[in-house]
Amino acid sequence: MAGFLLRRLLYLVCLVVIATSASYFLAATQLNPRARYEGRNPPPPSAVVDATLDQLNMNDKVPVLTRYQRWAGDLLRGNLGRTIDNQPVNDEIGRRMWVSLRLVLIGALVGTFLGVAAGAYGAVTQYQLSDRLLTVFSFVTLSIPAVVLGVLFKNAGIGINNLLGFRLLYTTGEMTPGLDPWTVTGLLNRTAHLVLPSLVLIVIAVAFYGRYQRNAMLDVLGSDFLRTARAKGLSRTRALIKHGLRTALIPMATFFAYEFALLFVGATFTERLFGWHGMGEYFVNSVTKNDVNSVAGVTLFVGVLVLIAGFLSDLAYAALDPRVRV
Amino acid sequence: MANTASTVPGAAGPEEASSRLQLVWRRFLRQRLALFGLAIVVLLFAVAYLSPYISLWQYTQLDFNAFLEPPGGSHWFGTTQNGFDVFALTMRGMQKSLVIGLLGALMATALAATIGAFAGYFGGVVNTALLTVIDLLMVLPAFLIIAILSPSFRGHTWLIFVVLLAAFQWMVTARIVRGMTLSLREREFVQAARFMGVPGWRIIFRHILPNMASLLIIDATINVSSLILAEVGLSFFGFGVQPPDVSLGTLIGDYAGAALTFPWEFYFPAGLLVVLVLAINLVGDGLRDAFDPNTQGRA
Repeated sequence: MAGFLLRRLLYLVCLVVIATSASYFLAATQLNPRARYEGRNPPPPSAVVDATLDQLNMNDKVPVLTRYQRWAGDLLRGNLGRTIDNQPVNDEIGRRMWVSLRLVLIGALVGTFLGVAAGAYGAVTQYQLSDRLLTVFSFVTLSIPAVVLGVLFKNAGIGINNLLGFRLLYTTGEMTPGLDPWTVTGLLNRTAHLVLPSLVLIVIAVAFYGRYQRNAMLDVLGSDFLRTARAKGLSRTRALIKHGLRTALIPMATFFAYEFALLFVGATFTERLFGWHGMGEYFVNSVTKNDVNSVAGVTLFVGVLVLIAGFLSDLAYAALDPRVRV
Repeated sequence: MANTASTVPGAAGPEEASSRLQLVWRRFLRQRLALFGLAIVVLLFAVAYLSPYISLWQYTQLDFNAFLEPPGGSHWFGTTQNGFDVFALTMRGMQKSLVIGLLGALMATALAATIGAFAGYFGGVVNTALLTVIDLLMVLPAFLIIAILSPSFRGHTWLIFVVLLAAFQWMVTARIVRGMTLSLREREFVQAARFMGVPGWRIIFRHILPNMASLLIIDATINVSSLILAEVGLSFFGFGVQPPDVSLGTLIGDYAGAALTFPWEFYFPAGLLVVLVLAINLVGDGLRDAFDPNTQGRA
């Protein structure tokens, strides 16, 4: 099994290296940091612009391969370069990544758990009311763009606040400014801020996961080994969980990594709508500001996130499927 | 005779082919939800393209006597703060979304079919490249790549945007096509064609792809709705359709903040978008059941 995991890890690392390098090349050739200075009035002398861009490693007159070498060399030393405003990208990402991770992790963990439970339950009670409700829920949710879903949740939250007459749920930012984040009030306040944006991601993840899990479970339900397990004397629930669900989870493990990428994209929308200063917002702003190093930094972050998720799903795969372990 | 090869599969005879199509069509007609979806899609399509003739306002027109008017009077969906007619804007946006969805879906499915079949049939380098590209795109979501590429099509035609959307939509289907090709490759009628000296590319387009027509039709339908959703997401941030052009995505992006105060600006485009996507997905689901009754109630 160690061999299998090592091979997978190596493959994933290669993928992340290629993906991040490719996105660096894309960003370095497609984004135009010079535009930031061209629009100024009076226009700065071109020697000054070149010197500034050189210092930021964003000068389009330098061959892209040379810029990449410098960027990659810095990266190996743990330095992601500087933003277009001459701030370290490391600081920016270090501050923002926890904001996004909180959203994405809660969305992924709660969403996956609920999605698996709902999908499996739906399959077991196929064509009953609960199953039909789940199918309709997935179908409708997956037809609504994350943006619209976010707006709906935000307005629903405001509606609930108005109905209650006090502020139960917050719709802007990650906490009320000026509070100490580590006191009871601060934590409660943060939780009240967290509810709506993570709910959006959870709903998306449940719809996504539930739909596939239901299919995977339906494929397993008619199988011989489940009948054998029942014939051996296992109760229906035990047989379904120990033999049915376990087998049905194997193909789902692969989706886990996909789900992370999906949720990160979803988080860019919720961050924008709910005013969170996370990685998604950072990415969108950086593209608009032609900030090459920041864009490359965010893609590296997403790549590493997917790498970890991919490795976790391989671990789950190895744990669930005994054939991998031999 | 090269003709013999194409008649071997049996199902390819003109009579039987049409009867299978009729059978599928009859099964499709039996599904009320799918028919309902189809009716909605056709209706929205017609309204979107006929709206310039029935609406009292054009999407470029400003009404200086009506800023932020709620729906009513000659402005069926109300107006924006600049005096634009929301109905005209929404219809224009829907035209764009529909074109992007349909065009992109055709491209994506054609790409998926070709690449998947070539990878499955020839194996080797094509196969490895395909699988690696698919894995790479799992690490880097298409959303991020298209966003990074967005400055390159800013100021150019939106067709580049459609091509980009399609270029990142084919991978999953290509994988399925590849799997099906692997098994079709070993079937007698393909073998027969191969031993008669029919070149590989012709076998793919004559014998292998027609055998997965059902999968491709279903896939193209589902792609329409996914591409419409992708367009909305990218345009929301300004990475997609560029002003002065209007799409449902740019409208939703512009007026998401007004959802509480001036709901008509947001809920008409957003609501119609959801109705459109739901309807297309219902058609896709219906097609799936019509082509393959065994999967009824699945997915």
